[in-house]
Amino acid sequence: MRVGLIVNPVAGLGGAAGLKGSDGADVQREALARGAIARAGERAAVAVRALLAARPDATVVTVPGAMGESSVRAAGAVPELVACAPGEPSSSADTRAGVRALAAVDLLLFAGGDGTARDVLDAGPTAPVLGIPAGVKVYSGCFAVGPAAAGLAAAEFTGDTAEAEVVDLDEQAYREGRVSPRLYGTLTVPAARVRLSGRKTGSSGAAPETVEGIAREVVARMRPGVRYILGPGTTTRAVGRALGARSTLLGVDVVADGVPIGVDLSERALLDLVDGHEVEAVVSVIGGQGFVLGRGNQQISPSVLARVHGLTVLATRTKLAALGGRPLLADTGDPATDARLSGFVKVVTGYRESVPYRIVPASEECSG
Amino acid sequence: MGAVGESFAKLPIEAKPPLRRFHQARWDEPIIFDQSSPGRRGIGVPEAGVPAVELPASIRRETPPALPQMSQLHVLRHYMRLSQETVGVDLGIAVGQGTCTMKYSPKINDRFVSDPKIAELHPAQPEDSVQGVLAIYWQLEQMLKEISGLDRVSLQPGSGSAAIYANIAMIRAYHASRGEGEQRDQVITTMFSHPTNAASPKTAGYEVITLMPDADGYPDIEALRAAVGPRTAALMITNPEDTGIYNPRIAEFVELVHEVGGLACYDQANANGILGITRAADAGFDLCHFNLHKTFSTPHASGGPAAGACGVAEKLVPFMPGPTIEFDGERYFLDSDRPQSIGKNRPYLGVTQNVVRAYAWIMALGAEGLRQVAETAVLNNNYLMHKVLQIPGASAHWDKRRLEQVRYSWQGLYEDTGVHSEEIGVRASDFGVHYWTSHHPYLVPEPFTLEPTESYSKEDLDEYAAILAHVADEARSDPEFVKGAPYNQTVHKIDPTCLDDPEQWATTWRAYVRKHLS
Repeated sequence: MRVGLIVNPVAGLGGAAGLKGSDGADVQREALARGAIARAGERAAVAVRALLAARPDATVVTVPGAMGESSVRAAGAVPELVACAPGEPSSSADTRAGVRALAAVDLLLFAGGDGTARDVLDAGPTAPVLGIPAGVKVYSGCFAVGPAAAGLAAAEFTGDTAEAEVVDLDEQAYREGRVSPRLYGTLTVPAARVRLSGRKTGSSGAAPETVEGIAREVVARMRPGVRYILGPGTTTRAVGRALGARSTLLGVDVVADGVPIGVDLSERALLDLVDGHEVEAVVSVIGGQGFVLGRGNQQISPSVLARVHGLTVLATRTKLAALGGRPLLADTGDPATDARLSGFVKVVTGYRESVPYRIVPASEECSG
Repeated sequence: MGAVGESFAKLPIEAKPPLRRFHQARWDEPIIFDQSSPGRRGIGVPEAGVPAVELPASIRRETPPALPQMSQLHVLRHYMRLSQETVGVDLGIAVGQGTCTMKYSPKINDRFVSDPKIAELHPAQPEDSVQGVLAIYWQLEQMLKEISGLDRVSLQPGSGSAAIYANIAMIRAYHASRGEGEQRDQVITTMFSHPTNAASPKTAGYEVITLMPDADGYPDIEALRAAVGPRTAALMITNPEDTGIYNPRIAEFVELVHEVGGLACYDQANANGILGITRAADAGFDLCHFNLHKTFSTPHASGGPAAGACGVAEKLVPFMPGPTIEFDGERYFLDSDRPQSIGKNRPYLGVTQNVVRAYAWIMALGAEGLRQVAETAVLNNNYLMHKVLQIPGASAHWDKRRLEQVRYSWQGLYEDTGVHSEEIGVRASDFGVHYWTSHHPYLVPEPFTLEPTESYSKEDLDEYAAILAHVADEARSDPEFVKGAPYNQTVHKIDPTCLDDPEQWATTWRAYVRKHLS
């Protein structure tokens, strides 16, 4: 087995320094000036150690220096190196170049945060990837729960894959108190095997949750003549797939009577399609903060929402549990719309399963 | 004998170390079917001395059953070995199976059920010849009516989940009798309720609405307000929930559901925190159920035959599983003339052995004893909580008093060490104890759930807490060592995917042969 490794050595720098992220050379310099220590290399070494402990025959392929080689050596192993000359300090471009140089592997491990995941996505990796969480912001679904877990998952990788969302925040906005996650796309990751020891009983219900059950429920509840707005995300895209229709990952689509009548729509196009019809909106939770409106789906604007009769949110129970009790958030840009939406919304969590969940205006939650 | 390794035991016996030097048996035992040897027999049956009766061809096997052929000794040895490779109340401090409740089952009660008067009863005997066992069923029903405050109790279900299924079947029959069966297609439960409260209605075809906890750890009453309506068939709820937190507004929950015409069903699978203190009927519930093994000390059956009891209010009595056991002041009899009954929930009367054990347990304790069970269980739990929360890295979400159990969290320890709760639990098994984490998904991060019940002594709880403290300490000094556990157990690690994958799972030898050997 050949496992690639790429480390973003400056990932996580800004966190300890209270800078809420590490994007950009200026922030990284500031973090170092505040005494921050880069931990990504160390965390990558933990992952490599776990990988080789479980699978001693694996070969780790990486780039020279701090972007990989040092971590493999720190784990007590000898890496196979590919030609690549990252700058000092390294940049986003170096991550992308490294990913492209590591094309001939069975699985690519990368250490960093959401920004690093975006760079990996942009580079277009040919092999499945898995993130070693080492950044300040780790909201994307392509990360393992910890460095050792990443190494172990790599060792146990059998070729079964799943799709995971890459989400990132606008750091500048985040520093100013606004949380603004955006969905950038999906990466192919090893199919997750939930940690299951201590189970009482085995049952298919406890198997890793899939979005197919959620999609089946949404499709089963669709009524003739009603126009359904499908927001961005893998869960809403599964609804389109369940209908056998084309739908986009990042765009907003409209379906009616089981057929797409608009794909990847702007606000204007949406308004044209929904005017004079009964309309429902189906959206998913973007990122770990619980945003359902106003992040990555601004096309579903206050004017569009004024014409919507029912709002349904889609999320697995695991995703709701990860909110840790925090409410869902609406930030449509119009305080009156946000206020009208607040209260309890139906969150579809599976086939014939739902959770009434609180949704509040984002302004309220951020100030509270 | 050489003097290599551990020193010889000698007198006087040295003082024991604070933690046991435990090692579980490891027999590497094959499956019994793999031990079969053609022609081997447990008993040589003598010739009958009378002509053999020809069985009709329609019921005769063409091939003999594929049962293992073994001698008595080898069968005994096989099961003795398996029994040594287990954990449980009779060997260890089994406080770690929180929500499932492992309490001591008095051995005298096993003597009662192995008595020929019970063991040799035939389930199809005429009523007149089984008045004694019918009396036990009837009297246990009267006692459970007192304990729940409800009007009738059925002891027919063969497990707690079968009792919950019987409850949802009665709820469906009730609404159908009022012409609302189609309309009422939703059942509301909570995230920390016994998961069968969601699974049973789902199996019965209902849409399941789950309430999440609010900021205080109680099920969110505002979410309930948003969820109830003309489609509500029932609220199926556990209290205290799996967190050990008692919902003080439970009567309001019941009222909200009643206001829209729904029924309220109390999951009392585990009633250890409230026995003799509060009752289902006092909060206005229409139905409840008990798992006799979680509360009334019968053995756990793990999928087969345990026993459950369904309690119902007057308006649901016509729908009870049947036949019911009645008493006319002189004799006990079965009443099968119940046209609205949901029918039989299992063959014959129920799981008689467990009904007898629960009857004996309650009779031995009396009303005061039952209340003392609950008080002791709550006291034990609060003592153990006090000890566990002193361990750095252990916490309990929500600053609320707990009744009989606590869902704890190792989140702090995980953040410091990278060691997961599952790994701590596995390492604890090297000391002869274990714990269960939580149902999925984990709302409490890095969870573990402990329930000490009334059975355990202060010394037991001290030992258990000392094991957890020791393992947490190991996680700090050598996390990789803890992650490599277990070291002293029957098996090292198991791959749990076979529990979730229909292509792999095999609960019978026939399925195992079909899926894995052919």
